[in-house]
Amino acid sequence: MNIALLTRLWEEVVVPRMHIPDGFLSMPVALIFWVITVALLLLAIRKTQQQLGERQIPLMGVMAAFIFAAQMINFPIAGGTSGHLLGGVLAAVMLGPWAGMLVMACVIIVQGLLFQDGGLLVMGANIFNMGLVTAALGSLYHGLAARQSKGVRLVVAGVLAWLSVVAGALFTALQLGFSGTSPFAIVVPAMLGVHMLIGIGEGLITMAALAFVMQVRPDLVAAEAVRTGGGRGWVIVGLVIALFVAVLSPIASADPDGLERVAIDMGFEEVAMTPPYELFPDYVIPFLGETPLSTILAGVIGALVVALVAFAVGRLLRQRAAAA
Amino acid sequence: MMLHNALDRYHDRPSSIHDLDPRVKVVVTLLGIFSVLLLPDGAWGAYFLVWCAVLAVALVARLGVGLVLRRSLVALPFALVAITLVFTLPGRTLFTLQLGAWEISASDAGLVRFSSVLVRSWLSVQMAILLVATTRIPDLLHALRHLHVPALLVTILAFMVRYLAVLLDEVTRLLRARQARSAASAQGKAGGSLLWRARVAGNMTGQLFLRSLERSDRIYNAMVARGFRGQYVTINPHRMRRRDWMALGLAFAALTMIQWLGRTLS
Amino acid sequence: MPIVHEPVARCVDGWGRPAPDTLALEVEDLHFAYPDGHVALRGVSLQVHCGEKVALVGPNGAGKSTLLLHLNGLLNGGQGSVRVMGMPVTTPNLPFIRARVGLVFQNPDDQLFSPTVYEDVAFGPLHMGLPEEEVRRRVVQALTQVGMAHYADRLSYHLSMGEKKRVAIATVLSMHPDILVLDEPSAGLDPRARRGLINLLRTLPITMLASTHDMLMVRELFPRMVIMDEGRIVADGPTAELLEQTELLEAHGLERL
Ligand SMILES: Nc1ncnc2c1ncn2[C@@H]1O[C@H](COP(=O)(O)OP(=O)(O)OP(=O)(O)O)[C@@H](O)[C@H]1O
Ligand SMILES: [Mg+2]
Repeated sequence: MNIALLTRLWEEVVVPRMHIPDGFLSMPVALIFWVITVALLLLAIRKTQQQLGERQIPLMGVMAAFIFAAQMINFPIAGGTSGHLLGGVLAAVMLGPWAGMLVMACVIIVQGLLFQDGGLLVMGANIFNMGLVTAALGSLYHGLAARQSKGVRLVVAGVLAWLSVVAGALFTALQLGFSGTSPFAIVVPAMLGVHMLIGIGEGLITMAALAFVMQVRPDLVAAEAVRTGGGRGWVIVGLVIALFVAVLSPIASADPDGLERVAIDMGFEEVAMTPPYELFPDYVIPFLGETPLSTILAGVIGALVVALVAFAVGRLLRQRAAAA
Repeated sequence: MMLHNALDRYHDRPSSIHDLDPRVKVVVTLLGIFSVLLLPDGAWGAYFLVWCAVLAVALVARLGVGLVLRRSLVALPFALVAITLVFTLPGRTLFTLQLGAWEISASDAGLVRFSSVLVRSWLSVQMAILLVATTRIPDLLHALRHLHVPALLVTILAFMVRYLAVLLDEVTRLLRARQARSAASAQGKAGGSLLWRARVAGNMTGQLFLRSLERSDRIYNAMVARGFRGQYVTINPHRMRRRDWMALGLAFAALTMIQWLGRTLS
Repeated sequence: MPIVHEPVARCVDGWGRPAPDTLALEVEDLHFAYPDGHVALRGVSLQVHCGEKVALVGPNGAGKSTLLLHLNGLLNGGQGSVRVMGMPVTTPNLPFIRARVGLVFQNPDDQLFSPTVYEDVAFGPLHMGLPEEEVRRRVVQALTQVGMAHYADRLSYHLSMGEKKRVAIATVLSMHPDILVLDEPSAGLDPRARRGLINLLRTLPITMLASTHDMLMVRELFPRMVIMDEGRIVADGPTAELLEQTELLEAHGLERL
């Protein structure tokens, strides 16, 4: 394989995204999320058709291509890593949550089907994490900020974009944990830690893109212009997800064994075919003892290690690409 | 142009696999991935059989083993997520690493589970690659429609794929224009502050959004001008032939057998 | 060089009856302002007879594209009226009008929205509600007409600009229109593709109205020329005569050849 391509793949596919490949989620987890996603997707198709009418097909198609293409736009952050757009919140802010979800679903379907970027059986989960969660959070923009001043709107959009990446990462981590692919104690803090950083890029690009559109075509983002706001249902779902992230992230980081127990109680461990994990020697920093702080710190260290490995591999690939 | 080439996963070869009804290929691929996922951990024999089947299909399709293998590495980096299993599952200790204050030990059970996750994922990716390398995108979309994926979704996907090529070209031009104007970034040092760089990327994104929006309006006009009134109609070009049914039956039998072997042998 | 044209095959009114003297297009005092308030047409009147080939020229922003979009009802709502083959362009008539007026957009990427060439050329006839056999026949016929018969299964995004233009024309020819309306057909083509396109347009036996900045093509292909500027028609007459009037041309940003 061409090294430059590999570098690009590494930078664009692996580091910033959370497209789960096939094989990493257990059957029940994969199926549950397919069911949820299919139901919502059917609804999204119907709703966007009601809202957009005949324009639905070309608009949704081109917008999905837009998000896909926009994910290629990167900007250097520091030390060879770069910021990227996932685009879910941007899509939901510009087009409304139903259309945003549909657009993101199309992006993920095409990435999985044509580019093997994310699996097929796990596609339901991927759409949920990157389409549904992001659209729900994006709807908070319409619910809370659409009528505020420009500055407030921008900040809210940026924060939601950041939160959408973190939330997507949390759900990804939970799915991996429930599938027995990775212990909660490691995957939750690691995914959260890495994506709290990656999310900053998302927030910044989303804000800048929105600011650009506000300046050039204020009519498009005026409160009245977004006819496709999703209504109260979406806002509630968005709030629940935001709350879920806010509450669960610390808990999950502090008490991953609790999640492990939940997984066992719900019968997931049979499918995962493994008894309760005996974690990293209890996954604590020795001198801090077994406190939540210790576990969180351990998580952060885990995240740093992952980031370091990512960085090193990326560096190596780039050097070899330069040499080639 | 690299982005453009990336769209062309299809490899045109005269082969009986290429010639199969796309529905059969889609269904067999999904069944294959499904059945690989159902195989228990450490069913190495069964994994090997699946791999042989994948290679056989690649050979019959004249794709060359190399192509499939090379592309299948895409998902491997995700393995990072699962590698922790090696050190966290209880089992017979294989070796121990001293990492500062931590002592972590690899268990046999962990290694088996980790390798199984990896191999299953790798096999699944190869099957998906075979599908897109032997099926043209329009045929793939037809197959989805025949398989009762909602017609509206399939049509939207078709539009997306069609304009992906156009928009990827547009993005490439934007990125190149930015590169041409930022001499400093060529040395690996990026010019301007972080916020400024994010702003530039955001402006590009916003611009691409507006252009896309206008494009979708023009496309809509072009559709309406040719009589579109909300119902998208297409010609249905595929019919299942005897050999398609046979291929489907054969694949199903093979997968069932592998599944049975995998469960009895391990 | 004399302009030679194939005879026009069909000249029928909006209801399909033969009518050699029908006005193919009849625009009367047409006004139009875009939603943002920009006035693009300020009283345009124009008549095109069956079988005529007319060029529409004028500087950027003159309103040419805006006028063309009115011809099959994509834009409407201003003062004035448009008739196609004697039939007024009104909402109930739109399905008929759209089959009569084949509108070829400037950018073929906007026009070729289907995955394959075949599906794109079939789109028009399919949406006219024709039976599948007839659709297939028309697709082959239209592709042959533009010299792209063996491109049927190709993916649209793989085509060159010249090929895309040809297919774009085929997508409306398959609807058997009475009038071909082209927006800047030769823009963006290299000399050979442009030559091929001119030859193609010359051989098509159909009424034609084309907006363009390509004065060489106008001289070669269109016996009649209409000059637009600032939303008005400022001159209308035989191409050979208008091309002699240096002052008129220069006043409207055109160059004498
Ligand atoms: N969607 C739109 N909204 C607002 N104004 C528009 C829109 N489209 C065109 N205009 C304006 O209407 C006027 C006429 O535009 P039109 O596209 O018809 O010109 P044209 O003669 O086709 O020019 P060109 O030679 O550049 O194609 C221009 O001033 C243009 O800026
Ligand atoms: Mg124009």
